[in-house]
Amino acid sequence: MDLIILAVGAIFVQNILLAQYLGNCPFCGVSKKTGTAVGMGVAVIFVATLASIFTWLAYYRLLVPRGLEYLQTLVFILIIAALVQLVEIFLKKQSRTLYDALGIYLPLITTNCAVMGIALLNIKHGFGFVDMVVYSAASAAGFALAIILFAGVRERLFLAPVPKAMRGTAVALVTAGIMSLAFMGFAGMGK
Amino acid sequence: MDFKQALTHGFWRDLPPFRLVLGLCPSLAVTAAAENGLGMGLAVTFVLIFSNMFISLLRRVIPDKVRIASYIVVIATLVVLVELSMKAFFFPLSQQLGIYIPLIVVNCIILGRAEAFASRNPVLISMADGLSVGLGFTVSLTLVGSLREILGSGTWFGMGLFGPGFEPFGFMVKAPGAFLCLGVLLGLMNAWSRRRGEIFVQT
Repeated sequence: MDLIILAVGAIFVQNILLAQYLGNCPFCGVSKKTGTAVGMGVAVIFVATLASIFTWLAYYRLLVPRGLEYLQTLVFILIIAALVQLVEIFLKKQSRTLYDALGIYLPLITTNCAVMGIALLNIKHGFGFVDMVVYSAASAAGFALAIILFAGVRERLFLAPVPKAMRGTAVALVTAGIMSLAFMGFAGMGK
Repeated sequence: MDFKQALTHGFWRDLPPFRLVLGLCPSLAVTAAAENGLGMGLAVTFVLIFSNMFISLLRRVIPDKVRIASYIVVIATLVVLVELSMKAFFFPLSQQLGIYIPLIVVNCIILGRAEAFASRNPVLISMADGLSVGLGFTVSLTLVGSLREILGSGTWFGMGLFGPGFEPFGFMVKAPGAFLCLGVLLGLMNAWSRRRGEIFVQT
């Protein structure tokens, strides 16, 4: 039950994009079509969960016993960068269809602050292993949910008569603000 | 790009996060107060100047294939430096900025400047580029932070502005206010550039 509350909280109440402001560059960059948004969302769920597991293990098994917590940032980014490369190579060999679907999004994920952010939040909240896995997957699912919903809105926005100065990123940000306001309605649910 | 251009382009032509639509996360996340915006901006400026310097120095050494990974190592080292110094000398500010300080590593502005500028230009001009883009970012963040703090809490750098009768517009310091404020500022900037007849680049 606690895990369900944790998951709901991470998806809706503390949505990684709309309440914690992480991962906004891909949010604005690849949300013009629903198809690409789905691709990006799935890739982030996959990589963020894996990355969280590895960074959590590295932090508690390697860094803490040696008193090297201050190397957290450096170690985490290296793990994420290496992992993204490995996943890309692995998918290319093993599952051509998945690679074709996710391929172009994978390199972008290295500098996606949502992945790094989730890894850091896991440590900050002091989660145990199971909580950490649930929290990471749910946060990444929250990212996917927000970016897919947003892409749907943007497709309609493309046809709308927006004032010239507001076209493109400006109106996208205002739209995201309104979505964020809607997500604030979830406050009080979950934890 | 000559030296003078490198030193000034960050303030209008390539002003982040408005013109280069990069580095949105910190611009949204830490700008609930002007002081946080300023602190974040200066931290990014420091990292940007020195990452540009080191990457420019190493530009003939780093093999093309692993360049992104090499840049990330350089940037991450500098960020750890900033993180530890802030904890030592500006503890309250570092608590306020929280996980957004280590997240400077994945700030696309820094990687973007490394890739687009420092990897193909000599040292001094790269440092000038870092300085100008960094200070441009600092100015933008301080501006957004000031707007949100003045409207949202009625203060500026912690100083009360309006007296007790003022009802703060609490929406502005929450997440939706951040998106809205940045979007409207971007729109105003676009309107201004259109009036000056400049080419419109964002899509």
